[in-house]
Amino acid sequence: MVKNKKVLLIIILVLAVAPLFTKAKAVHNAIILLLIFATLGEAWNLITGFAGQTSFGHAAFFGIGAYTSAVIFYRYGITPWLGMILGGFIASAVAAVMSYPCFRLKGHYFAIATLAVAEIIKQVFVSWNYVEGATGISIPIIPRSSYFLTRLFYLQFNDKLPWVYICLVLFTAAIFLCSFLENSKMGYYLKAIRESHEVAEAIGINPANYKLYAMIISAFISALCGSIYAQYILYIDPFMMFSLDISMKIVLLTVLGGIGNIYGPIIGAAIFIPLSEFTRIKLGGSGTGIDLMIYGLLIVLITCFHPKGVIGIVGRIAEKFGRKPTGGEGSIETVS
Amino acid sequence: MKPFLEIKNITMKFGSLTANEDVSFTIHDNEIVSLIGPNGAGKTTLFNCITGFYKPLAGCVVYRGRDITGMAPHEICRLGITRTFQIVKTLNEMTVEQNVMTGAFLRTRSRREAAGITAEALEFTGLSGKKDTLGANLTIADRKRVEIARALATKPHILMLDECMAGLNKTEIKDVMELCLKLKKKGLSLLIVEHIMEAIIPISDNIVVLNAGKKITEGAPQDVVNNEEVIKAYLGDRYHAKSKKY
Amino acid sequence: MIIGQIIANGILMGFIYALVAVGLTLTWGVMDIINFAHGEFLMISMYTAFWMFSLFALDPLGALPVCIAVIFVLGVITYSGIIKRVITAPGLTALLATFGFSMFLKNLAQYLWTPNYRYINDAFVSGKSISLGGIVIGMPQIVAALASIILTIVIMAFMDRTRTGKAIQATALNKNTALLMGINTEKMYAITFGLSGACVGAAGALMATFFPIYPASGALYSVIAFVIVALGGFGNIKGALFGGLIIGLTEALGGFFLGTQFKYALVFLIYLIVIQVRPKGLFGW
Repeated sequence: MVKNKKVLLIIILVLAVAPLFTKAKAVHNAIILLLIFATLGEAWNLITGFAGQTSFGHAAFFGIGAYTSAVIFYRYGITPWLGMILGGFIASAVAAVMSYPCFRLKGHYFAIATLAVAEIIKQVFVSWNYVEGATGISIPIIPRSSYFLTRLFYLQFNDKLPWVYICLVLFTAAIFLCSFLENSKMGYYLKAIRESHEVAEAIGINPANYKLYAMIISAFISALCGSIYAQYILYIDPFMMFSLDISMKIVLLTVLGGIGNIYGPIIGAAIFIPLSEFTRIKLGGSGTGIDLMIYGLLIVLITCFHPKGVIGIVGRIAEKFGRKPTGGEGSIETVS
Repeated sequence: MKPFLEIKNITMKFGSLTANEDVSFTIHDNEIVSLIGPNGAGKTTLFNCITGFYKPLAGCVVYRGRDITGMAPHEICRLGITRTFQIVKTLNEMTVEQNVMTGAFLRTRSRREAAGITAEALEFTGLSGKKDTLGANLTIADRKRVEIARALATKPHILMLDECMAGLNKTEIKDVMELCLKLKKKGLSLLIVEHIMEAIIPISDNIVVLNAGKKITEGAPQDVVNNEEVIKAYLGDRYHAKSKKY
Repeated sequence: MIIGQIIANGILMGFIYALVAVGLTLTWGVMDIINFAHGEFLMISMYTAFWMFSLFALDPLGALPVCIAVIFVLGVITYSGIIKRVITAPGLTALLATFGFSMFLKNLAQYLWTPNYRYINDAFVSGKSISLGGIVIGMPQIVAALASIILTIVIMAFMDRTRTGKAIQATALNKNTALLMGINTEKMYAITFGLSGACVGAAGALMATFFPIYPASGALYSVIAFVIVALGGFGNIKGALFGGLIIGLTEALGGFFLGTQFKYALVFLIYLIVIQVRPKGLFGW
């Protein structure tokens, strides 16, 4: 336990100090995206990595978070901080409502159901005038000369550094929460459900309840990420926020970083976000799609050659140095 | 002795197949009851009916005067009836300690208390030395122990063991027999489904025999062994006739 | 009358969806892999038909065998190059490999052929239509639907009647047992992926006559195909056929009664409703 916390603190410290050594916007941007997606990965990990219920629809919660804060700021000028919290609650409520019909389903049927829910929500937003439908929302900009506290209050900054720290705080909170949950009764129960539904029931666990709790917490965190992301990029539309690509990006970096492990998402994000940013900056821009082509190819190569995720490699190295395997890289329920 | 768990006229069908028909028996406080019968006699189905995994078609299960028929498995477990599985279901990606700890969390929120209960259960089942082994890497005998330890960690009043000796060798069976007696001494009641007669007879207080879904007899071990119906069920009519000659 | 027209359109579209879904359900049922690149196979097939038409003036109907062959080969290559390496990997890895591959194919198409929409305007079937008691049905749709029905029947017969088909089914039920029975499961997997490609290859050639062709044209259909497959029950060809029809009809009727912007939302909603009644799909076991 103590040893784990140390690794965690080192990761956070590195992420806190590293941005100070460079003024490059691209690097700061990569770190911000990295932290947002790592946080999303932590959230997704709760329901899929720990509880074993594959979700392909986390973009739904991400999008709801983004829209809630953006809409109440755009319509009523209310601070996005409040919108963020509100978004979290709305996303949690949606998660609770969708969980009831979805959790009866097993394996792929559940995965496709989450995908369907995200698509339905997307379609609703596309044709909903109150949220500007398919046009999307451009978040109103506050004057560049505003005081820092005003900027903080409205979550708009003139440079990227404050974003790094806001995202870092969010990520730190998320990873500590997940670490705490993993070692608590709930973490044990979720993993038991993942490993065997029947055993879970036989030892007194109500699987439906615990999956529901995991989903609600997961949705809440995802929504916070959505709000931050919306404020950061200042423009949102349904196709971008609720896309399958966002859902799959979360799956991708968590699975390849190490699913069911709290370090998985940050490791995965640390590899994939800079990689995608790098290919985008170096090769993109011409609209030829060559950046995503190469990125796609890299994903294929990585999955082919390191199927157990990067953390599997770390684990193997650690084992060589005499550390006992701790387990916990989950098998995910995919058999229908 | 007052009745602890009463199984009353349980009937269970799958389509046209009758798995249990009008089965009744009683488990008293601090008693080891064994459920025996040839393959396909409906033992595991009955187990599933008692523990809430199936809802019986007719009949009821009464625990300490309370009707628990049709309750969810996790609710029944909470009341103090915990089962193990015939096909062992070790939580593969978790260590032995974590496996057992999942059970221990039923009675506490605190991790420290759960660890205490776990240590006790591991000690009791002789698994302390293997607590850091991954579930996936255990031998079958150890998996069965984990199964029992995990159930034990939920602090049940009645422990239901589904073929916890099948596939084990002589010494391992002896260990499990001793474990059962130790559990009884601790104050638990046990319901055991088992094939291995040598293991069952010395430890049981009462034996219930099922055949083709029906209860054919019930009684003290020695009486049951010599019961003609039982021999017929196990060996078939021809062998039964032969055995009479001697 | 207009309702009749809409139902007819829905059914015809349903058969085409079914063909895309049959391909997907094969790999999904046999290998338990969600092939995210399935839609891109469709897109590549549509481009194949397009280039056959514009370079060699080969009508899409004539190009049908070419498209089937091309995507069959693409399927086999995908299996031996990618899937074989990841199929034993835990959980979602295989799925991610196909996701990466879909990204690669989509952007490869964009790189080679630009994101512009392309159409096959004067194919043999273009512009013709049949009028049946006031219901007007486009020739491209009729031909596509008929071909879909025939191909689905062929695939079903192949799975049930031939040795290879039975061997694939055995492999799907239990790979290890199939291996013990002397079935070359690797080969079965490769054939399954090829067949899956062949189905979607045919669908691509047929759809190229009445849908725009662009790099992302497959993406939408692959998501719909996921839903159809889950609706019918994984690995169930009959399920994919009926699932396709239900989705085709839902889309057409929903588009008419609720407005076209809601038709896809309705498609997904239908899945969520049906799956409540049949948690393993219509024909799932």
